[in-house]
Amino acid sequence: MNVQDLYAISPLIVLVTWATLLILVDVYIIRDRNGGTPILAALGLLVAMGFAIAQTGQQYTAFNGMAVVDGFAIFLQVLFLGSGLVGIALAYNYLQRMGIERSEYYILLLYSISGMMLMAIAADLIVVFLALELLSIPLYVLAGFGRPKVEPEEAALKYFLLGAFAGGFVVYGIALAFGATATTSLAGIVQAVNAGSANLTLLSIGAALILIGLGFKVAAVPFHMWTPDVYQGAPSAVTAFMSVGAKAGGFAALLRVFVSALPELAADLSPVLWVLAALTMILGNVVAIAQGNIKRLLAYSSIAHAGYILMALVVFGNTQVSSDAVAAALFYLVAYAVTSFGAWAVVIALEKAEQKGLALDDYAGLGRKYPGLAAAMAVFMLSFTGVPPTLGFVGKLYLFRTVLEGGFIWLAVIGVLTSLVSAYYYLRIVVIMYMRDGDPQVHAEPWLRLTAGVTAVATVVLSLYAGPLFAWASQAVLKLF
Amino acid sequence: MTSELILFFILAIVAVASAVGMLLSRNAVYAALYLILNFATVAVFYLMLSAAFISLVQVTVYAGAIMVLFLFVIMLLGAEHTGRLSESGWMFWTPIVLGAVLAVEALYIILRQWKAIPATQAAGSDFGAPAAVGLELFQNYLLPFEVTSVLLLVAMIGAILLARSKKA
Repeated sequence: MNVQDLYAISPLIVLVTWATLLILVDVYIIRDRNGGTPILAALGLLVAMGFAIAQTGQQYTAFNGMAVVDGFAIFLQVLFLGSGLVGIALAYNYLQRMGIERSEYYILLLYSISGMMLMAIAADLIVVFLALELLSIPLYVLAGFGRPKVEPEEAALKYFLLGAFAGGFVVYGIALAFGATATTSLAGIVQAVNAGSANLTLLSIGAALILIGLGFKVAAVPFHMWTPDVYQGAPSAVTAFMSVGAKAGGFAALLRVFVSALPELAADLSPVLWVLAALTMILGNVVAIAQGNIKRLLAYSSIAHAGYILMALVVFGNTQVSSDAVAAALFYLVAYAVTSFGAWAVVIALEKAEQKGLALDDYAGLGRKYPGLAAAMAVFMLSFTGVPPTLGFVGKLYLFRTVLEGGFIWLAVIGVLTSLVSAYYYLRIVVIMYMRDGDPQVHAEPWLRLTAGVTAVATVVLSLYAGPLFAWASQAVLKLF
Repeated sequence: MTSELILFFILAIVAVASAVGMLLSRNAVYAALYLILNFATVAVFYLMLSAAFISLVQVTVYAGAIMVLFLFVIMLLGAEHTGRLSESGWMFWTPIVLGAVLAVEALYIILRQWKAIPATQAAGSDFGAPAAVGLELFQNYLLPFEVTSVLLLVAMIGAILLARSKKA
């Protein structure tokens, strides 16, 4: 170990140290429940983000090839830290309002983000597994944050059991990959495959098991069963963070492992991914139509969007297209994060205690009574659908383009058709908000209004200047050395 | 017949007998004690394979810490006596079928491919020795090692948070 190793993981060190110190500060210095813990946690995220941005443009491995700093890692680290900031803003008043205010929320949030950041820099399957657990375990606890009520406990238990089960798949897959190549390092796997010393059948089975385990995390069909129940039962602020952070973390691992280490397996695994992506888009969008609860609807919507991002993974074996595909996936993750956080901010503003205020009918009359909030929600729904000028549209454009470049025309057709289906249930919310009379109750606390406003503006404005953002994502190519 | 082989057969009989005893005992505490015996026997197997470190880990972690946890849970829940399983229905038959499949699979490999299994090279004398494991852990696997400590800390915080009563 040398100084460069430490520098490579400096954002991670800062965040973990900050979170650990925050436990002590919270217990011994702040004491009072509504003290400065959220602000200190946000400060920690900002400092870590500074360290991450300071690494821009650098490329090297650290800790004997266990970790790698490249554009991909830095891009995702900034995305994770940013979603942590939004996660704090969404929770700040919500936890108080729901009577579940506990400062451990912010500490666990920081730990979960540190797991995601580790995922972004992981260059070894063992580190991938540890990062997966480090990002998941705090989320299991956060999902049950509203206990002792029934719904959060159900959500936490389901998420924990299925998450642990999925973790088992990942470990088994890693073991088989180790058996096939005698290494767990991603670079080592590439070397073993190129040298012809790898058992490709065994490696394919291992990769498939890893895909199943990570498929649970990103909620891809048919591994999505937990999603609606967990998203509905968990506190909305947690769900918002989970729907963005955990999904992006899972995709970080999928992209890193499949694109950089396993392109040789594309002949076997591309069709599998094709089917997964198609099923996820179809089932997520079709079942979402039948939902009357906004949290369940957004859960199925998040499943559907996982399907769109999976499309980028289908072309992973085509080295000419795959770097474009990674950039498109990263761009879509950002677009999804911004839109999703905004939509959840509106949901949180309308939510009342005891799971009330979550039916679609509760949104009736929002357009007349709270025009700003309704306009923001309309923007998010349009972005989810993929209507210009929104980030969702540009993101889908890039995704469909890479899929077509990769030669998967039918997959792109399925993507477009399911987007049309999704217009039905997204626009229905807009119709309910503006065309029906009602008397919605809103708790528009300043942080919620700020989040909804900023994300709504960003959804539109960033789509008009999408070029630079996509260029940044394009620099985030995967390097393994 | 060498003394090593005799020792192996004695240990093998103890290991299999204790595993069967664990499955058959109706009292959960007895089952846990049989499992400890099984773990200890396997630890001696490791020792015979000159894997001293793994053997000690097996004793301290599995036979020691984890089994104490098991016993705690069994006694705290008062679940010493497991009810009689109904001898019909899928809960009864699925394990038997799966176990039979596994047994056939193992027999097939042993009978058909006995000769095909390549002779393994003897590992170096320091392979798996505590010093070698320590060097590997603190040089190549330093990052995973440190991350594991964070992971355990987070799990601890989470467990305390979930188990603590609302008032405290």
